[in-house]
Amino acid sequence: MELRELTALELGAAIKRGEVSVKEAARAALDAIAARDGALNAFITVTGERALERADKLQPGARDAQSPLYGVPMALKDNICTKGVRTTCASKILGEFAPPYSAAAADALEGAGAVSLGKLNMDEFAMGSTSETSFYGPVRNPWDLSRVPGGSSGGAAAAVAAGMGWYAVGSDTGGSIRQPAAHCGVTGMKPTYGAVSRYGLIAYASSLDQIGPLCRDAADCAAVLDALMGRDPRDATSLDGGYGRLLEGLTGDIRGMRVGLPAECFGEGLDGEVRAAVLRAAGVLKGRGAQVVELSFPVLEYAVPAYYIIAAAEASSNLSRFDGVKYGWRAERYDGLTDLYRKTRTQGFGAEVKRRILLGAFVLSAGYYDAYYKKALQVKAVIKGAFDEAFRQCDLLLAPVAPTTAPRLGGSLSDPLKMYLSDIYTVPVNLAGLPALSMPCGFDGKGLPIGGQLIGPHFGEGRLLNAAHAFQMDTDYHKRAPEGGNLV
Amino acid sequence: MIDVKLVDYLAGLSRLELREGEKQAMTAGLEQIVAYMDVLNKLDTAGVEPMSHVFPVKNVLREDEAAPSQDRGELLAGSPAGDTEAFLVPQAVE
Repeated sequence: MELRELTALELGAAIKRGEVSVKEAARAALDAIAARDGALNAFITVTGERALERADKLQPGARDAQSPLYGVPMALKDNICTKGVRTTCASKILGEFAPPYSAAAADALEGAGAVSLGKLNMDEFAMGSTSETSFYGPVRNPWDLSRVPGGSSGGAAAAVAAGMGWYAVGSDTGGSIRQPAAHCGVTGMKPTYGAVSRYGLIAYASSLDQIGPLCRDAADCAAVLDALMGRDPRDATSLDGGYGRLLEGLTGDIRGMRVGLPAECFGEGLDGEVRAAVLRAAGVLKGRGAQVVELSFPVLEYAVPAYYIIAAAEASSNLSRFDGVKYGWRAERYDGLTDLYRKTRTQGFGAEVKRRILLGAFVLSAGYYDAYYKKALQVKAVIKGAFDEAFRQCDLLLAPVAPTTAPRLGGSLSDPLKMYLSDIYTVPVNLAGLPALSMPCGFDGKGLPIGGQLIGPHFGEGRLLNAAHAFQMDTDYHKRAPEGGNLV
Repeated sequence: MIDVKLVDYLAGLSRLELREGEKQAMTAGLEQIVAYMDVLNKLDTAGVEPMSHVFPVKNVLREDEAAPSQDRGELLAGSPAGDTEAFLVPQAVE
C-alpha cells in the first residue's frame, strides 16, 4: 500500500484495521519531510522524536479508536500555540518561545488521536499572501519551486500537497487557508466566524481570524472540523453551530441546490484559464443536479480596502503585546525601558508587519478614525448585507479563490498594494464571517493548480462540504500530487 | 496627507524606529495604500451603523468561579529576562 496516496480518513481506517501501524504512518511522513523539505521549507520546527513516541503511545488504542483520524500524522501552522513546542509565528520577535499552554485547536486534535509532526512555516504573523515574509525563509510551491505556495498558511498547503503529513491546520484572516490551498492543489476550509475556538491562536485581526483545515479532499476537511468545532468558554466569540457530524452529511446529493455565480467575480482582472476552470466546475455541479444562477455582488470592489483597514487596525493593537518583556526575544542593546520596547520591536518585526502596524495606527488615529476605520466598519455592514441578499437567491456561491495561479517568488513583495488586491475574492468572506472552502478545480497551461471557492451562509459548512464532495466524486484534480522537492 | 512627519509620529506611537531610507519607502508605500483606500468614499454609507461583530451579540453574565490559572513559573520561563517571581525590565521609575 502506498501510504502517500491515502487520504487522512483512508489512513485512519487502515490504522484501525491494523493494516498500518501508527509508527509506520509517522515514519512515512517524516521520511517525506527529510527528503523534500530542504527544498520546500514548509516546516519551521519538526518534532520527529515526539511524533514517534506519540505513535507508540497511541498504537494500543488503535483498534477501538472512536476518532476516524486516530493515529493520522498532521501538522499545525506556527501561530497555533503548542505547550512546550517552539511557536514562532514565523517572526524573530517570538524567538525560542515555547508556550506554557496549547491552543484549544491543538488540544482538540490531540484528543482525536492526531500525531503532530511539527510546526508549519507561514507569513510573519500571518501577514502576507505568499509565505515569503517569514523570518525563516520563504516556502516554495511543490508544483513549481520557482513559485510561491500562497499565504499565509503556505507551509500548511505545501506540506499537505507534498505528502509531508495527511492534513494540516491553519488560520484564515483574509484568505490565508483558501488561497494557499488553491495554489497548492489541496482542499481548505475557513469555517464560520466563531465555529472554532481561537484560544491559543496568536492574534492578527481578532474579528476576522478563524482556524480551519487544509486537507486532500472535502471528506477529510469534514472529519477535521468535526474534531475542531464547538463552543469554548476560553474564547468568548466561539459559538455552538449545532452542526452535528459533518462527515455523516456527505452524501454527494446536491440535486436542486442553487449555486450562485456572482458576475463581478468573473470580470476584469481574472486570468482566463482560472475563469474557464471555475466555470467548468459550475458545469460539474450542474451535472450532479445543482441549478446554476447568475447574480450580482455589486460591492466587491470595496472589500479589499475595508479589509486592510480593519485588519491593520486590529493588528496594530494586537501586536503591541510584543515588547521584549513577557515572552520571546529581546534586543541586546537598549537604553532604558522605552528604548527596550523600541529596539526589540524594530529589530524583531519584519517590513510587512511594520507596514501594517503603522497603517493600523494611522486609521485609528484622531482625525482619521472616522474617515477610515469607522467607514470600513460601515462598509463591512454593507458587504454583509450584500451576502444576505445573495443568499436569498441561492444556497451557495461559486467564485475563484485568486485572480491567478501561484506567482513567482519575489514578484509580490516589492508592490504591497498589488499583493493586497490579489485577495479580492477571499476577504469579503472574512468581513461577513462566512464559511468558505477552496477546492482544486483544474490546472493551467503551466501545470499549476487552480482553486474554486464555495461560499455559504453562516453555519453553512455542511452544505459547502457536500457540494465539494459531490464535485470530487466526479473529478480527480484533488488526487493529483506534485513532485517538487523530491530527491531523484 | 501621508508624509515623513506623520510616519515619524506613527512610528513613535508604535514604538518602532525607521532608518532614513526606510522612512521614505514606508511613506511612499503607505501613501499609495491610503490613496487606494479612498475608493471607499464612492460608497454612500450615510445612516449605516458601523458593524464590529457579524452576529448580534450581547453581554452574557455569569457568576464568578474560582479556577486555577497558569503556573507562574511556567509563564515566567518564557520571558527573555525574568527570575522566579517577576519579569525583569530596566529601571523605569527614579
